[in-house]
Amino acid sequence: MRTFGFSEFLFILEAAKWTVALSMIAFVGGAIGGLIIALSRTSNNNVARLLSGAFIQVFQGTPLLLQLFLVFFGAPVLGLEVNPWVAAGVALILNSSAFLGEIWRGCIQAIPSGQWEAAQALSLPYVSRMRDVILPQAFKIALAPTVGYMVQIIKGTSLAAIIGFVEITRSGQIINNATFQPLIVFSVVAAIYFVLCWPLSLLAARMERRHAAALAR
Amino acid sequence: MNYSFQFGDVFAAWPLLLKGTLNTIELSLLAMLLGLMLAIVCAWGKTAGPRPLRWVINAYIELIRNTPFLVQLFFFFFALPALGLRWSAYAAALVAMVVNLGAYATEIIRAGIESIPKGQIEAGLALNLKRHEIFRFVILKPALRTVYPALTSQFILLMLSSAVVSAISADDLTSVAANLQSQTFRSFEIYIVVAAIYLLLALSFSALFRVIYRLALNYPAGR
Repeated sequence: MRTFGFSEFLFILEAAKWTVALSMIAFVGGAIGGLIIALSRTSNNNVARLLSGAFIQVFQGTPLLLQLFLVFFGAPVLGLEVNPWVAAGVALILNSSAFLGEIWRGCIQAIPSGQWEAAQALSLPYVSRMRDVILPQAFKIALAPTVGYMVQIIKGTSLAAIIGFVEITRSGQIINNATFQPLIVFSVVAAIYFVLCWPLSLLAARMERRHAAALAR
Repeated sequence: MNYSFQFGDVFAAWPLLLKGTLNTIELSLLAMLLGLMLAIVCAWGKTAGPRPLRWVINAYIELIRNTPFLVQLFFFFFALPALGLRWSAYAAALVAMVVNLGAYATEIIRAGIESIPKGQIEAGLALNLKRHEIFRFVILKPALRTVYPALTSQFILLMLSSAVVSAISADDLTSVAANLQSQTFRSFEIYIVVAAIYLLLALSFSALFRVIYRLALNYPAGR
């Protein structure tokens, strides 16, 4: 029987790059989707508001694990090849679109109505009103919660282990099955996640404090 | 798309799905209750306790909030028995959920406690209330009222993340779904139905929390 040594540690550590890669995919895709959702939620178009509202309700009201299963088992229904990479990527992108969309909707709506009215009074078209007036200001408010949400994404990627995607958690399971030393294996797994997530949490908290201090001034 | 949906097998298994749903509800309610109690104790420790206690509570919060729930679950289910603690998947799942919720809820309640103006606590002292009475009526209740929306959405997130405990077969709704899936191979249909049940549960819980607010916390407050 194998015992937990340096090579086992390296095996888990190396899987961290897949966790990071999957997190990046989820974040970039989720940011694009989230922006669309946030803009639809704040638009004047009833249909866009209704659809994006339903999207958020569905993806915030069902477990991420079930979303992952639905994409993973739903892809063959649509005649697509099942691949843990694609399934995990798509499910995490959809999920983070809903959450980031809702966070950013709040940030957009936090911009004082005077700003909207001023942009309208200057007769700026919608694109310019958003791009030049509202979004840059909303961006400042959104930064801290967005960094905080990145921690949620990294933790969420651990669920991909359940459909067989080899990232930190799955590689921990594999090593645990070979060594039967769950205490040390899962401590190492937890420690790697902690090292990935904690700096982001600290950064988010710092940004929030600085933002609060800037507002109080 | 030439796939014919067959929900027959899924609906035929409704007693199993019902049992799984009830298990998920029970697990979530227990975890909410125990997690809230843990969080109140930790929030008290963090705002009023001695320095070493605060340090321990901070370490607990940071550790839980920066690691995935699935890993915490594996830790409780696989690692602790290696230390000699034998328990069922259900117990391990419940403890993991309580510990997880406790960390998030502590931070939420602490924020509520810190929002209580000092004058309010001094007013309690002036009325000669005992220390525990001040904490309970002057600090905790208004604090819970202030953070109620954040706290209840954390509760619902916990209920949803309880699907993860199916990874250790804790007999919850998702475990039932996984079993059905391996018997009938109607995976897509099963997971659609189960996702719909979770959505219904999430909506019911938020309705329940609105009722609780109206019954317990809806009193006029001066500003």
